[in-house]
Amino acid sequence: MDFHTAEELLELCAQGMSIATVMREREVTQGETDSVTVEERMKKALNIMRNSAHTPLTEVLPSTGGLIGGEAEKLNNNMLNGKNICGSVMSKALIYSQAVPEMNASMGVIVAAPTAGSSGVLPAVLFALEEEFNLTEKQLLDGMFTAGAVGYLLMKHASVSGAQAGCQAEVGSASAMAAAAAAAMMGGTAQQSFDAASIALSNLLGLVCDPIAGLVEAPCQSRNAIGAANALTCAEMALSGIKAVVPFSEMAAAMLRVGTKLPNELRETALGGCAVTPTGCAHNCRIFGGCN
Amino acid sequence: MAFISVFDVIGPNMVGPSSSHTAGAASIALLAGKMIGERITRVTFTLYGSFAKTYKGHGTDKALVGGILGFETDDVRIRDSFNIAKENGLEFDFVCNNSDDEDIHPNTVDMEIVGESGRQLTVRGESLGGGKVMLTRINGVKVQFTGEYHALIVIQRDNPGVVAGITSVLSSWDVNIAYLRVFREEKGGLAYTIVESDEEISEKAVEVIKKNPAIQDIMLVQR
Repeated sequence: MDFHTAEELLELCAQGMSIATVMREREVTQGETDSVTVEERMKKALNIMRNSAHTPLTEVLPSTGGLIGGEAEKLNNNMLNGKNICGSVMSKALIYSQAVPEMNASMGVIVAAPTAGSSGVLPAVLFALEEEFNLTEKQLLDGMFTAGAVGYLLMKHASVSGAQAGCQAEVGSASAMAAAAAAAMMGGTAQQSFDAASIALSNLLGLVCDPIAGLVEAPCQSRNAIGAANALTCAEMALSGIKAVVPFSEMAAAMLRVGTKLPNELRETALGGCAVTPTGCAHNCRIFGGCN
Repeated sequence: MAFISVFDVIGPNMVGPSSSHTAGAASIALLAGKMIGERITRVTFTLYGSFAKTYKGHGTDKALVGGILGFETDDVRIRDSFNIAKENGLEFDFVCNNSDDEDIHPNTVDMEIVGESGRQLTVRGESLGGGKVMLTRINGVKVQFTGEYHALIVIQRDNPGVVAGITSVLSSWDVNIAYLRVFREEKGGLAYTIVESDEEISEKAVEVIKKNPAIQDIMLVQR
């Protein structure tokens, strides 16, 4: 079983399968493996995600560049003190979305989803919904395969590389993947997953990649927060019956078009945006020495 | 386009912070280490492009040393690889080459590797993004090698019949060849035959192939 476009996938789903089921079948047949191996591999990824989303809540992890560290703990304490203002699902997603990039920047183990720079978005949505709605491991795995299907289509037809198409291709793609996963885990249809993914992509269209000192720290970490919040927002919209005005496939193509129009300075070169603010430049000098 | 697995999307599992600058670097060095097939005592890493500019902040240096020590991309020992190298008698140093040669991929490393028997190997690796890597030179000869399959790398004189000899031995050992490519610098000089297979390749088959006097060396790289 295989599919090459969202339309082909939706056609397969119209025969009564979920996106997750089709994606699992595709992996077994096209990847020439068996379903037990595939499931175990995904469980391993889930466990790494879980550890990376939770460890920084109680342990401040210093990053190699020193630009971030301790954000997840601060947010968690804020919530434990009853001071959070976003509601518990969103506040929890916020905490986890900051934890994983902290783990990543301290050379901890994470799962790139689809990239290391955007690795906080999907775990944030998975674990916030798990806690609030008592989701089972099976439901989380379904969410991951759904996210994987969306990410695969974006890899194939658009881009998941900041160097190629800006942050919209990294956090934007992660957000679309997580939006589709959230819609699926909360009982939505395959079409609703793609509506959520399409709206999520469109909301972050044009987001530039401008890492300070070229490091995967700032503004990458806080952009994971917007990726997760956007995913939950778009999933709720789709689940309420709102349809994406532009279908997912067209939005993916639009994302790539916008990405290739971004100037080189705004595609992971650290030559634009946040990276060249006076503060961004000062951090670069401090970390690497020498100013340019 | 090659098959995109769900684990290319949800993955790799890796020590941060960067799939290209950390995980990719570890994979390149791991692959090179497997090629030499013995304990490595000394490596000089020459870094180009973005690797040269940002290697410290991305832990590219620790990942490269970790890969040489045999650590996979998600092995936390990468963080402490410099100390582990010291304990294991592995010497290493880093050289930055800030050449702006546009033919060099921005995330490129050259590795001059010396094994405990004195065996030497020079490998160039490129980190292509998302943790994907390609070795593009072996001892100066341009090649393309990803390590995604079990592989034999045969260094041979570019004589007639050498490749046919390799394939006939492999077929008698029931090895199904997925890809076979010959890379050479000049006609009649040294050639590198890279054979990739879905199945593990037996060391005994390698011994038989080695009997051909035109063959100088063989590296067996299991996936």
